[in-house]
Amino acid sequence: MPKTVTKWRCCPRSAVARLSISTPLDVRLLDKGLSVGEALAAFNAAHEQAGGVVSFLGKVRPDGGVKALELTHYEPLTQPGMESLAQDALARFELDGALVWHRVGVMTPGEAIVLVAAASRHRRNAFEAADFLMDHLKSAAWFWKREKRADGWHWIEPRDADHADLARWK
Amino acid sequence: MSVTILFLGPLRDLAGETERQVEAPLDWNGLLKAVGPEVAEQLDQERVNLACKGKVLADKRSLYAEDGDEVALLPPVSGG
Repeated sequence: MPKTVTKWRCCPRSAVARLSISTPLDVRLLDKGLSVGEALAAFNAAHEQAGGVVSFLGKVRPDGGVKALELTHYEPLTQPGMESLAQDALARFELDGALVWHRVGVMTPGEAIVLVAAASRHRRNAFEAADFLMDHLKSAAWFWKREKRADGWHWIEPRDADHADLARWK
Repeated sequence: MSVTILFLGPLRDLAGETERQVEAPLDWNGLLKAVGPEVAEQLDQERVNLACKGKVLADKRSLYAEDGDEVALLPPVSGG
């Protein structure tokens, strides 16, 4: 019997298994690292009629000797809260779609915490929607953060700037 | 039977545990007694919210949790 050799055919369409993106909104809480390139490629492909896509990637800053950042959440509130926020952005900025992905768990400096993307007919709406989503995720979403520094863990308190950021959209 | 009290964010450290089972039913005064003076003091502040059965209460003092319900103590969320 001849030995069967499996040959892999190189094919651009299947070379990267495409993530499946739900439309118009794709909202996720992730407990592992997120692949920014794949997410944006899939989001872009899911919104081929859009005139523009704006994205924002938030990362852990290495400031002040931060060794790690831990995000905790409360599933029954956090996920529905993010979905309703995405819904608001969709209606307010007449988006074709939005992607809102947030990490939870322990992250180290340089790692991605949050990825938002907005697709719309014209660029202004997509820029504003990404800004709106970020201001609300930072100040109004159900996440609690603590940082690990040389002397241990420290909880992060709300900042006045966060309230000012929210007030921009009232 | 019981109600589960969940301590979220920094309240977890103050309570010394992530959750506690208490006897049902549980109202606002019962909750204050169940969580101990340190957490009760935080809970009394306007900036701390309360959720029951996965919904934030508009008036936390109207809490009435029954057997099997989950009550979550929600300190203010962290900023950026």
